[in-house]
Amino acid sequence: MHPVIRTILQRLGLGLVTLFVVSLILFSSMEFLPGDFGEAILGQSALPETVAAFRKELGLDLPMHERYLDWLRGMLTGDMGNSFSGRASSGNDRSRAVTELIAPRLQNTLFLAAMAAIISVPLALFLGITAALYRNSIYDRMVNAMTLTTISFPEFFVAYLLILFLSSFTHLFPSLANIGSDVTFWERVYLSFLPALTLTLVIIAHMMRMTRAAIINLMATPYIEMAELKGLPKSEVILRHALPNAWAPIVTVIAFNLAYLVVGVVVVEVVFVYPGVGQLMVDAVTTRDVPVVQGCAMIFAATYILLNLFADIISIITNPRLLHPR
Amino acid sequence: MNNEDDMNQSSEAELADQGYSAAGEVGLLKARRTVSENIWRGLKSAPPSAIFGMAVISIYILIAIFARLLAPHGEAEIFPMSYAPWGGEFLFGTDQLGRDVLSRLIYGAQNTVGIAFVTTMLAFLIGGSLGIAAAINNNSWVDNLLSRSVDVLMAIPSLIFALILLSMFGATTINLILIIAVLDSTRVFRIARAVSLNVVVMDYVEAAKLRGEGLSWIMRREILPNIMPPLVAEFGLRFCFVFLTIAALSFLGVGIQPPTADWGSMVRETAGLIQFAEYDLTAAMTPMLPAAAIALLTVAVNFVVDWFLHKSSGLKDEQ
Repeated sequence: MHPVIRTILQRLGLGLVTLFVVSLILFSSMEFLPGDFGEAILGQSALPETVAAFRKELGLDLPMHERYLDWLRGMLTGDMGNSFSGRASSGNDRSRAVTELIAPRLQNTLFLAAMAAIISVPLALFLGITAALYRNSIYDRMVNAMTLTTISFPEFFVAYLLILFLSSFTHLFPSLANIGSDVTFWERVYLSFLPALTLTLVIIAHMMRMTRAAIINLMATPYIEMAELKGLPKSEVILRHALPNAWAPIVTVIAFNLAYLVVGVVVVEVVFVYPGVGQLMVDAVTTRDVPVVQGCAMIFAATYILLNLFADIISIITNPRLLHPR
Repeated sequence: MNNEDDMNQSSEAELADQGYSAAGEVGLLKARRTVSENIWRGLKSAPPSAIFGMAVISIYILIAIFARLLAPHGEAEIFPMSYAPWGGEFLFGTDQLGRDVLSRLIYGAQNTVGIAFVTTMLAFLIGGSLGIAAAINNNSWVDNLLSRSVDVLMAIPSLIFALILLSMFGATTINLILIIAVLDSTRVFRIARAVSLNVVVMDYVEAAKLRGEGLSWIMRREILPNIMPPLVAEFGLRFCFVFLTIAALSFLGVGIQPPTADWGSMVRETAGLIQFAEYDLTAAMTPMLPAAAIALLTVAVNFVVDWFLHKSSGLKDEQ
């Protein structure tokens, strides 16, 4: 078998194993609930029959492996069970399906992440390439210092700084992103501008520095020296000769950072009260609403694992040493 | 300086009288500069950014140690005035329950930094010892099992993983420390294993094994001293990461629980004040103070680690 295909299959296998382990951990989170959690959720005045019915709905009367398979089947077919909240001690069940809770919020989160990616990726490439072009100039030093600072700031500090300057003082943008169901596309862009900008500042540093390093590394190679000796202008040397060979590391780092967006989005959503999956998950963790935590965590983990897998595979297939083995 | 040189020369002369000894030669080299002199020489060559970083870190440590003496009021002492303005009895005002913000900032240095430090130490204890042990038993089933499980654990974003585990076990400070320490020890395991692999093949490790030394002796006395520099740099970086994770979790309300003063939750509690920046700038600064305290310490540690890496590995910025 071609070594590239073998490595890719290995990575795919590792990704699947990881997803399996995540599902096992998520499933067992139900097992760690204290024994009387039925009463804790339904209230102390819950009738014994109500508690019994609740336990039966969760399948606690079945052996563990059957419950796991059942739960896994539900996850794969989009049935993540019902939320713990909204259950009354009288047995009156007004709880909502987890899928129903997550679906609209997932759309919002994806919108925010996509917006951050659309702003940050071109900006990072531009800054990285120009910093490499004018290496060791004042511009380069300034861009470097700026990105180094934003990388070591906590996300909520960046977010509140932006709120302070762009919202409280100047009223340019709203500090709360309360997105209803009836907003138009451009209103939505306007409302989620500050959260997207925060995410951009958080991830841009890494991407920009990798772009700069990749291009500077290539600039030391003989064929670039040749292009320079031919008398080509510097911008053409970088754009036409250096950049094509630098794509592989750059694309990898972009994919890794998009995966990081998935995690960064949690804090930023809470700061801006943005109605996304991250906020839902944090609320569910505080109230120990396990089915909702399971659903949100599964989505986050799966996205993260898939994006990382994607980055891995790109870096493998763009590596000529692996493509043409001796 | 001159005096010392003279002394060294005179001791050299004495040695020549007594005849040559290897131990004496080594001792001579060692005696030339004491540890404190070496540290001082290192510090003198430090760039301004590293000196700034070290100054900031020492100030934080002093504040954390003497929090009880420095704080004007108690950690959870409640005054009848909530959201008091800056100045007067309360230098930075009071929070939503009427607690003195300055005192909570000072106690926060103790709690937030202390908890992050303990967590990082624990992560290094777990990850470091397992990593070195795995490197000694390279390619055994223990090594393979540990490495594969670390691969899997690292493929899950740590903030999400921490949230899952906190919802499983409940959000208490002890749980927080244990969960973050275990999650972070995977990263420590990787680096400890990687750097120890270069050391375990050395002859002196082989000699120690033949001598019949136990696993823990080889780990502590043969390998650990030789992998210290990368581990120390990693400690700084991991501390930053742990510190930011704990701050983020506390900010989300699932980390360090009230009434313990903690910077992350302080930002969350007073965040609403930021809306009033136009009318009262100082009030809007109240949530920014703990956030800035977190940011400043992270930047300071990063500066020092940068310099340390540069110094210990001869690593040069890409040119």
